[in-house]
Amino acid sequence: MQFIIERASSFAADIDFMILLIALLGGFWFFVAQGILWYFMFAYRRSKNPKAAYVSGEKPEETKWIHWPHYAVIVCDIVIIAFALKIWFGVKQTLPPPDSTIRIVAQQWAWKFYHPGPDNQLGTADDIGTVDELHVEVNKTYHFKLESDDVLHSFSVPVFRLKQDAVPGRIITGWFKPTKTGQFDIQCAEMCGIAHGAMAARIHIESPEDHQAWVKSLRPDQVTKQNQQESTTEQNPSKGTEAI
Amino acid sequence: MSFPQPIATNRSATGIPTGKLAVWWVIGSEIVIFGGLLVSYIMLRLFHSGWDAEAAHTNTWFGAINTFVLLTSSLFVVLAHQAAEAGEEKKAFRLIWLTIGGGAIFLINKAIEWSGEISHGLVMTKSVFWSFYYTACGLHALHVIAGMVIMAIISFDVLKKQHMNRVELIGIYWHFVDIVWIFLFPMLYIAK
Amino acid sequence: MSHAEHAHQSIWQKYIFSTDHKVIGLQYLFTGMFMALLGGFFSYAFRMQMAFPGKDVPLWGLVTAGEYNALITNHGTIMIFWVAMPVLIAALGNFLIPLMIGCDDMVFPRINRLSFQIFFLSAVVLLASFFVPGGAFAGAWTAYPPLSSNPDYSLTPLGSVLWLIAVALEFVAFLLGGINFITTMMNARAPGMKMYDIPILVWMIVIASIVFMASVGPLVAGAVMLLFDQLFAVGFYNPAKGGDPILWQHLFWFFGHPEVYVVLLPAMGIVAEILPVFARKKLFGYKTILYTAIATGTLSMFVWAHHQFVAGIDPRMANVFTITTVLISIPIAEMVFVYIATLYKGSIEFSSAMLFALSFLVTFLLGGVTGIFLGASASDIYFHDTYFVLAHFHFTFVPIAILAVFAGIYYWYPKMFGRMMNETLGKIHFWGTIITFHLIFLPLFYTGAAGDHRRIYNYDNFPDLAKPYMNDLRIIATIALIFMLLFQIPFLYNFVVSWKKGAKAGKNPWNANTLEWTTESPPPHGNWKELPSVYRGPYEYSVPGRASDFWPQNEKA
Repeated sequence: MQFIIERASSFAADIDFMILLIALLGGFWFFVAQGILWYFMFAYRRSKNPKAAYVSGEKPEETKWIHWPHYAVIVCDIVIIAFALKIWFGVKQTLPPPDSTIRIVAQQWAWKFYHPGPDNQLGTADDIGTVDELHVEVNKTYHFKLESDDVLHSFSVPVFRLKQDAVPGRIITGWFKPTKTGQFDIQCAEMCGIAHGAMAARIHIESPEDHQAWVKSLRPDQVTKQNQQESTTEQNPSKGTEAI
Repeated sequence: MSFPQPIATNRSATGIPTGKLAVWWVIGSEIVIFGGLLVSYIMLRLFHSGWDAEAAHTNTWFGAINTFVLLTSSLFVVLAHQAAEAGEEKKAFRLIWLTIGGGAIFLINKAIEWSGEISHGLVMTKSVFWSFYYTACGLHALHVIAGMVIMAIISFDVLKKQHMNRVELIGIYWHFVDIVWIFLFPMLYIAK
Repeated sequence: MSHAEHAHQSIWQKYIFSTDHKVIGLQYLFTGMFMALLGGFFSYAFRMQMAFPGKDVPLWGLVTAGEYNALITNHGTIMIFWVAMPVLIAALGNFLIPLMIGCDDMVFPRINRLSFQIFFLSAVVLLASFFVPGGAFAGAWTAYPPLSSNPDYSLTPLGSVLWLIAVALEFVAFLLGGINFITTMMNARAPGMKMYDIPILVWMIVIASIVFMASVGPLVAGAVMLLFDQLFAVGFYNPAKGGDPILWQHLFWFFGHPEVYVVLLPAMGIVAEILPVFARKKLFGYKTILYTAIATGTLSMFVWAHHQFVAGIDPRMANVFTITTVLISIPIAEMVFVYIATLYKGSIEFSSAMLFALSFLVTFLLGGVTGIFLGASASDIYFHDTYFVLAHFHFTFVPIAILAVFAGIYYWYPKMFGRMMNETLGKIHFWGTIITFHLIFLPLFYTGAAGDHRRIYNYDNFPDLAKPYMNDLRIIATIALIFMLLFQIPFLYNFVVSWKKGAKAGKNPWNANTLEWTTESPPPHGNWKELPSVYRGPYEYSVPGRASDFWPQNEKA
């Protein structure tokens, strides 16, 4: 996968591994089945084999040709399920302790990002609010608190292999750890109305020095005081307060 | 256009009359409709607070009386079925109309109850509890009305001794409508 | 009523308000074909905008962002609800079930007519939604609230309501139709036709109808709730009023995922009818197919939340749904293996119908395997709502609703109209369709894996996605789509011209066993002069010791 799209988060490699594993296991059965199918189509064409045999497919010696591959499919399924659960647990079900926490608010059709500012505390006077531009430091673990002001949106960073829907009325917590500097796309991956196709943002992953330089470069009026937490139910993945 | 009966309509490979099979399948599909609505209600109620206070405004007496009325009408439709089996078309006709009368009392009762509630501002948009209350009861009331209309049509066939088997079919449907109410009553009126 | 009397009916009675199952089946077929052309045209318009953003699209004009969303929304809605469902289940079910089980009509002919009338009305309502102020609904075919419930967000106050009413009417039509199919199969079978003598296609349509009936109920309730949200600003899906937008997703996908199997099973059934005829071979493991179909239908009711892995549900729930979803590969894989095994030692004739049936297997395999990436929660985090998903489900739905349906049309056309279709045109149509199909969707697997997310009218807004080679792939897909649509012209020509000028088909042009081939083509009103009895299963081909290589179900010995 990294040849198609870069990896820039700590769990991107895990998810790519999952994709590779399924590609190998599924691909194996895909090519076996296709191979047999094409061979039969070729070998038993009318001009080659004018008279068909009579096989009911209900005797044990015939059904075994179905059942053995079918058991092998079950084994592959179990391997896939095991790795899927393990990687899912690491990405979505656990929250490693954060170095910093950001607040992300989606609205029709923009992303609002609240960085904790120099004191590293959200909800204080030095928070930095930006629109469609998220600045993070490389190799630091971030928690994000995802909210929506109106409809469903989805916070999607392809290079992180990260996607999480924003649901009005909820604050959904997730995490990521950038591992590579650069600028990458942030998408909205849930249909959110007319300008869904224009709801783009950029993530700037910076070295600690560059990040400090960015914070210093801001004028005071760009530092927001409007970062009040609204009274909405908080959702923590490791607790799962909402069951539906 | 006169309507010739295809042979298909009279076959019965399972031994169960086709009409009865169809009624059961209709009920099956209705169960999932009401099931979906009620499961949504339960899930939302379990995971949100404040619903009990809303539910406290419902009038258990109205609900209880309607339960009684509906159960009684179900008894009438059973008796109507018996009469139809015995070939007593006049008795079956009377009993069907008694069942329809039960449905009518149910609806009148409901209308009085709703107008009182609406005049007190307990309307559909007040909170999700009331949205469910009116949606579920309204959907159920539509089924009551549909049952009454079908029964009225069947009753005149019965007088002419035609399609006597349909008394049983509408009876099965009427029991189903009754059972839906048996689920709605505790969920909307008793759980407070 | 005899055939002679029937001739006296007016055209109006005979073709518009008929209760004859064959006429109703064809009404569904033509409505579905018309809607398919419309859905195909929509895809042309929005793919052109995506490949050449901001340029006027010939025959449409400039596709604005709002129009783009309305086009993709209604493309999806139409193709699922007004093409796949009516053609696969209603058209083939109505036309074939009475013929295949040997009786003269459905058990409730008038309910059947009512079902089509409601369906037709639903199509009219959907089309009307394009002409109301604000335009057609544009919130994706999944119609997630609050976007779908609140006109302030969607800006389509009337379009959303009409869309929802159209879909709800369509459900009612198919509930009525489904009850008819199920009871007809249960009660109206020909004397002697036992459970395992019923052709697989009939089983598949009936199982699909049951799955539909069992899964659609909650969505009907959900649609009523959504309608109240739209019309009266009730708060079922509004968190500010104590509702929950995720509730709709559960109700939608509790229906939406079984729906995939509702259309898949009849397509599998078509293939099961065609493979034995053109391989002159008994279907491998009739009971295995039947049981895996039932298992698939049952299991499909427990996989819905894999559409919602990243939707904000409790992450622990994803684990349960990963397991059920990946497990559904078992019955499906088994069914595909059985079909492949049917070809073993057969004598395969590559007619147009057979080519389409085989291409169903070839393409559906890829569609099935790519589904595992999405069913496994970990990889779905990345693939969710990308073009990979889109390519995946087109690799299932195109085999289902296009390839299998074409196979069915080429196969049953002689029975429907009494004439043969032209094989040369059929093969041009086949190769043109299948090659362009791959050229459309194989590049989209790649763009999806590279990060293209769905429902975007212009990728220029996303610097990582606006790279020239990515745009080249989009252009390839779009041009292939235009060619695919053009390759339907030989089919339509063939369809229309063969009606009058095709070679006479006779009763049984394919030497097939099932009962529909034992009557005239097209069958008269009442189907048979004397209704048939059944003496054996439907797939007794090349039975040793018999001179002829087929053995119709109604032949005594």
